[in-house]
Amino acid sequence: MADEQKVAKAWRSETKPHRFCPGCGHGIILKGLADVIDELGIHGQGVFACDIGCSLLSWDFFNLDSVQTHHGRTIPVVVGMKRVRPDLAVIAYLGDGGGYSIGLQHLISSAVRNDPITVILANNTLYAMTGGQMAPTTLIGQKTGTTPYGRSAEDTGSPFMGPEIVAAAAGDAAYVARGSVTKFAELKQILKKALLNQVQRSGFSFVEFLSSCPTNWRTKPADTLKFVNEDMAAVFPLKEHRVPEDLGVDG
Amino acid sequence: MGVIQGTQRQFMTGNEVVAWAALAAGAQAMFGYPITPQNEIMHYWTRLAPEHGLRFLQTEDELSAGFATIGAALAGSLVFCATAGPGNVLMQEPISMAEMMRVPAVWVIQQRGGPSTATVIYSQQETRLTCFGGNGEGLRIVYSTSSHQDLFDYVIKALWAAWEFRFPAFVLGDGYQAKMREPVTLYDPESAGVNLPSVEPILKPEGVPSVDREPVHLRNTFNIEEELMDVLMGHIRDYLDMSSRVVESEEHPCEDPEVLVVAHGVVWRSAREAVSVLRDQGIKAGGFRPITLRPFPEESLRAAAEKVKLTVVVESAYGQLESMVRDRLYGLKVPVRSLLKPGVGVTAEEIVDSVIQFSKEV
Repeated sequence: MADEQKVAKAWRSETKPHRFCPGCGHGIILKGLADVIDELGIHGQGVFACDIGCSLLSWDFFNLDSVQTHHGRTIPVVVGMKRVRPDLAVIAYLGDGGGYSIGLQHLISSAVRNDPITVILANNTLYAMTGGQMAPTTLIGQKTGTTPYGRSAEDTGSPFMGPEIVAAAAGDAAYVARGSVTKFAELKQILKKALLNQVQRSGFSFVEFLSSCPTNWRTKPADTLKFVNEDMAAVFPLKEHRVPEDLGVDG
Repeated sequence: MGVIQGTQRQFMTGNEVVAWAALAAGAQAMFGYPITPQNEIMHYWTRLAPEHGLRFLQTEDELSAGFATIGAALAGSLVFCATAGPGNVLMQEPISMAEMMRVPAVWVIQQRGGPSTATVIYSQQETRLTCFGGNGEGLRIVYSTSSHQDLFDYVIKALWAAWEFRFPAFVLGDGYQAKMREPVTLYDPESAGVNLPSVEPILKPEGVPSVDREPVHLRNTFNIEEELMDVLMGHIRDYLDMSSRVVESEEHPCEDPEVLVVAHGVVWRSAREAVSVLRDQGIKAGGFRPITLRPFPEESLRAAAEKVKLTVVVESAYGQLESMVRDRLYGLKVPVRSLLKPGVGVTAEEIVDSVIQFSKEV
């Protein structure tokens, strides 16, 4: 059982294989999160909370105490926990609909307050669980269930730039970045900083990852990768928007 | 030793009483968003906070206040929230999660007129919403208070009941109670022999998940209908089982009553007075007040109504209590009449006149 040694303690084998579709990016983000929780040695402190939408399928993904909340409301739930148990490392996991549409006021307000929480958001450009409707992140021209002829900027505006907007609302103590499920090493580094900023510096962290949804995009594997790496990356730059000066990068 | 030494006679507003009651019960945290008429609960709580190490967060809206309350309760904090009117409407979303997940959190509802923004003082129009709001079955404990002493007693009791039975609990008042001053006796619950909540973390109890114990995984989404019904029927059984330990009512009896006046909350004060006036005038009236609206004191109401020739329901709403009463009296022959004044106060004189009029009709 040499492979067993490599499995993170936070990784719950009993609930694998996970419930996401083949080619979905959620499993990659969550795998990275399990690894990073172990590498930082915060398994005993961690509490995981997930939103509604496909992100809810992670409710029993980890060997962590976990709670699945309502659509857009994951941030206030972990804020409530953290206010009464500052010793916990609380993680809010949500999609772009939950974070940028129905729950945007919570995301912005939490960033403004510099709540010491870690918010992780998967951006797959649409509402996946409900059948692929337009999200705030849908690209111009992209066809979805509610934009069957392609998203029109005139009618519904432009893609929502999450980390850019959160970085503008957050103070210097926040860590804000965007990564991608197609760049796993960088994804883990981003997650590591997002957790360290909470447990070492009591700062707010928000990280978005470009993620894939071949089911609703109706793409083959090569086209799925191309959509993330080219179409999405052209609109959503991969970069760190806020990095506190004293954040220990190597953990 | 409690924060209140022995007993203290005070003259204060209902909102101040709520803050003192929560403090006396050992509450550690409150979340809230400004809305009249509950604002001063937050004001008093935040004034008391530094001395007693209390936590408070003014959130960005009621949704956030309600969900943060849930998060704090899951983390093992004795926590409460307060709201009113349109805030209570928004609060139904987190409350429905608390119902499904059996989260022991407490909401103080200082009712205001509705629907919509309406007025801020006198109303019982959030009765149905507080009892049955949300997309569920109303698995809640709801205490309706009629005096400042009730506010003190039942905030403490609601905090206890929420943790004892693991259902969200509510204390229903209104703007009139929130804003007026009247005498109240504050006491230390422990030395008064009153039950105190027994609080423990639901998420992150002792031990490391997968090392010392299984992880706690809470959800409110289910894959198949039968799975949901199994969970829900367990909650419903628990709710029915605890009901006999929770239901409370008050009666204003007389020998061989012929008319029963039913009212709850602040309207009970007028109803009680009306019953006394009617008796002075030779009309054999009695009064019945449900203290718990959920679960409803059905047996005692039926026992009281069985003896009379007429039941009169009085409320500052248009039939919210009346429909609960009619439902509980189904099958009895006693006629039910009602004095319904949505969003305004009801005087004892109006009740007396109505009862005399109704008595002539039946």
